[in-house]
Amino acid sequence: MRIRISHETTHRYAPPARMLIQNLRLTPHGFDSQYLLFWRVALDIDSAIKTSEDAHGNVVSTFSHHGAPIERLTVTARGEVETSDSAGVIRGTAERLPTDMYLRDSPLAHVNGALRAFAIESAGGAQDPLDALHRLMAELHRVMSFDPYQTDDPDSAAEAFALRRGRARDFANIFIACARALGAPARFVTGYRAFEEPDGEAGAHAWAEAHVPRLGWVAFDPTVCICADPGYVRVVVGFDARDASFASAAHGMSDDTIESVIRVEQARFQTQS
Amino acid sequence: MAGVAAFDEMGREGEPARALYRKVARWLEETPAELLASRRAQAEYMFRRIGITFGVYGDKDAAERLIPFDIVPRLISRAEWRKLEAGLTQRVKALNMFLTDVYGARRILNESIIPPELILRNPFYRPEMIGRRAPHDIWAHIAGIDIVRVDDESFYVLEDNARTPSGVSYMLENREVTMRLLPDLFARHSVAPVDDYPDELLACLRSVAPRQDRSEATIVVLTPGLYNSAYYEHSFLADKLGVELVEGRDLFVEDDQVFMRTTLGPRRVDVIYRRVDDDFLDPLVFNPQSVLGVPGLIGAYLAGNVTIANAVGTGVADDKAIYSYVPDLIRFYLSEEPLLKNVPTYRCREPDGLKYVLERLDQLVVKEVNGSGGYGMLVGPHATQAQREQFAAKIKADPANYIAQPTLALSTCPASFDKGVAPRHVDLRPFVLSGADSVRIVPGGLTRVALKEGSLVVNSSQGGGTKDTWIVDDIEDED
Amino acid sequence: MLARTADNLFWLARAMERADYIARTIEATLRLEYLPKTEGEKTGEWEGALNAAGAYDSFIEAHGDLDEENAVEYLTFDRSNPSSICNCLENARTAGRAVRTALTAETWTAINDAWLELKRFEASHRFSRPMDRVALTRFLDYVKKASLDFDGSCYRTMLRNDAYWFNRLGIFIERADNTARLLDVKYHLLLPSTEQIGGSLDYFQWVAILRAVSAATAYHWVYRDRVKPWLIADLLILKRAMPRSLISCYESIDRALDSLARDDGRSGLAQRHARAMHARLERASMTQIFQGGLHEFITAFIEDNARLSSTISEQYLFT
Repeated sequence: MRIRISHETTHRYAPPARMLIQNLRLTPHGFDSQYLLFWRVALDIDSAIKTSEDAHGNVVSTFSHHGAPIERLTVTARGEVETSDSAGVIRGTAERLPTDMYLRDSPLAHVNGALRAFAIESAGGAQDPLDALHRLMAELHRVMSFDPYQTDDPDSAAEAFALRRGRARDFANIFIACARALGAPARFVTGYRAFEEPDGEAGAHAWAEAHVPRLGWVAFDPTVCICADPGYVRVVVGFDARDASFASAAHGMSDDTIESVIRVEQARFQTQS
Repeated sequence: MAGVAAFDEMGREGEPARALYRKVARWLEETPAELLASRRAQAEYMFRRIGITFGVYGDKDAAERLIPFDIVPRLISRAEWRKLEAGLTQRVKALNMFLTDVYGARRILNESIIPPELILRNPFYRPEMIGRRAPHDIWAHIAGIDIVRVDDESFYVLEDNARTPSGVSYMLENREVTMRLLPDLFARHSVAPVDDYPDELLACLRSVAPRQDRSEATIVVLTPGLYNSAYYEHSFLADKLGVELVEGRDLFVEDDQVFMRTTLGPRRVDVIYRRVDDDFLDPLVFNPQSVLGVPGLIGAYLAGNVTIANAVGTGVADDKAIYSYVPDLIRFYLSEEPLLKNVPTYRCREPDGLKYVLERLDQLVVKEVNGSGGYGMLVGPHATQAQREQFAAKIKADPANYIAQPTLALSTCPASFDKGVAPRHVDLRPFVLSGADSVRIVPGGLTRVALKEGSLVVNSSQGGGTKDTWIVDDIEDED
Repeated sequence: MLARTADNLFWLARAMERADYIARTIEATLRLEYLPKTEGEKTGEWEGALNAAGAYDSFIEAHGDLDEENAVEYLTFDRSNPSSICNCLENARTAGRAVRTALTAETWTAINDAWLELKRFEASHRFSRPMDRVALTRFLDYVKKASLDFDGSCYRTMLRNDAYWFNRLGIFIERADNTARLLDVKYHLLLPSTEQIGGSLDYFQWVAILRAVSAATAYHWVYRDRVKPWLIADLLILKRAMPRSLISCYESIDRALDSLARDDGRSGLAQRHARAMHARLERASMTQIFQGGLHEFITAFIEDNARLSSTISEQYLFT
């Protein structure tokens, strides 16, 4: 599937910001089932973007500004990728960290007693790790209700699980916490999702990856209860929602009002094979 | 102390004083109690006037308290010191090599010297540093190694502090105060000076500056601010080093370079001696809520434009779980036998260790692997049965988080009180400076003393005090 | 120097200076209170004192009832009054700790000693309220001495570099503000038309003003005359020799800003603003000031002085 993405973020600073610095993780890597046709990140202020990689190997675009106050800033990421079906198995990524590091505890995916009990019960004694993770995903999908406008803003997996309600990021954090409790290295993915059918609500999305012996990393989306299909564009990975965000930013003492416009479309002009 | 009589460094009551302490013993004998009392009062007055105070966490009323200072100096002979010095140098070298390895090739894991999960799942093992090298392969520029002695011969390392060890200001101020209060006693000994510590520290920090022209390097001390318990020390060190004491908000990063805001505009910073924990250094990379740090600092650091001392990620080396492996690290990296002993340590993560510990809780000191400051620990012999049972439950719930050690008969030294002179348990924290070119240790360190009778906890947050530490020439029998 | 350090040095100096001023204001007010009054006469002395301290409105909001005990408490130990002596000394020490490295040992000790002493006063005050006048006098003497110790240790021990000049700026901008406020509260007494034959209540008010700025003796040295109100205004506004006069403060401010500009080779809005104010004072005469209105003159001065303070903040990046 060929997917075109435009992700525009507008910041309004009050009072106008004298200092700005952002680490943007808006550029995906290519791998076996995701090919980058083109990609570009741009700013509407006069500032150079420097590119590096973070601990997980994500592409980080950094820019900073000091001096003249800035009232409004727009960051634009545009690009096109071609994806193919791999049954959710992610191959061909450059891994910077030892796989077992994704077993470590992380602040938003901390395992408490309730999550541990839920994980073990969901897996139902499945011997095969892949089977156990599928059961976990199904059970999680069953007990949690999806609420994209969750306003209580539960931050951690444990809090969202206690409410049995959450956004995609909460589903992913919970899945990760539980997968780790079951002994599977797991991580958070931030990206985009497109649909074959025209009326699907496309946009930014969050899901999880768990490491399965012999298969490698497999993408699970507990919000939808499927393994990632070609509609998924994988951009950032991290231990949990905290370090797998599209951006981390600082803007001095100013308040920042953020408005995002994300368009994810199938590039239809191209003849499908 | 479970019936074990501690080694007294001056000599037990009723016995003749050890040669090293003979002059101190005589001084204690000859000085009238009122005079000692007045010296104690003077010392307290001096500390309060200079403003050497510390904060205690969770104790609002005591926002500023003095660490009690005991005027009787603690003596270590030069020969003993030389042994310690060699052992400390060896140990800190190995710790730095360990850090280079765990963030690099991970030979130590590949060769199964340390269980991998102990590193990979350690919260202080920083993913951001994996695959990176610290400038000159020095990670722990300033290390504080806690040492105890149990008899005439043996020194043990109790704990390594490779993050932001504090206490060095007390080492220096204690010396100032004893020199003023006890000039005669001081003159009768030939005491190795410690006042070159700031110069040595400056040389050490300068040696790791990223610039070619190191003499031009701008060095700063980064403090969390006024309300940090060690703020006095931060300002003291900045003052002695002759560098700016900055808070996060005084610095900013532009194009991967760090600047401080001055009245003359931005000024480039080359070396940051930080007294802020890893987690708070850069909200873009670590704790996003941190207001103590500098957004973009890690980017500048990884770009090689600024040196952070101690480096990010040293916490994995002073972790209590790693501690028990340090002798193995020394053998592995240096192919040498460790010169300083480790206290025997039982790891609850290992089934045998757990069983051993649970069976002997009344004899052991149990510590949380990631705790510090004397919190989260159980001193078995001094605890009640109920406390031990409660703690046993905590250990069983999360065995990997605990280690245990036998209660050592920490040596005692004479301390002066209203009721007279009495022995109290002590430890010693020397400060080891590792620069690009050499390892430097100022002769001495901070002696901490458990002022409560019978107590083994020397931490200032738990009622410990300090003493001046004299490294003195070995005494021939004179007069 | 770190911009934050400069900021702290500046406000530290202002806080110490303000503590001294408030102590002197209380002292002068007490003396006025001792004066024999005709039956039922209310002189509004404490209202004047609170106004001179810029604390009248907040006081009324907090207490409503205005009497000596309340007013003194508010000006001395009340933590809810941002300008109470207690808060001034506390703020000074906090700022001092934050810039410990930019202070000499002597200066830090002066600040810290003052604070330690304050803790003792506060502790004993907690047990014996209200303070009797003897205790109050002892407290005010201590405050004045603390400020003197601070000022003296700065003067004697600090290097003449940017740290010193920011300290001086703080002291003189605060002092100019204080003198101007004092004049403003009593300006109606200082107008030429209110002159009366000696021995009136006004006469003692004038003397009290002079005392508040420790200028009672100075007046006689300068004018060799009995106390006349317009001469007091002249002394406090235009007499260079009088260390608390507006012109003397601006001479010092000008000098401090010039030194900063010389050291860093950059002269900016702060320098220009201060020079203009200084020049205006140099050209002024009392006749002209009275013609244009003393109250108007002082109000404009207070505003200009505050503007200089914020201009300095901006120029040296405090904000």
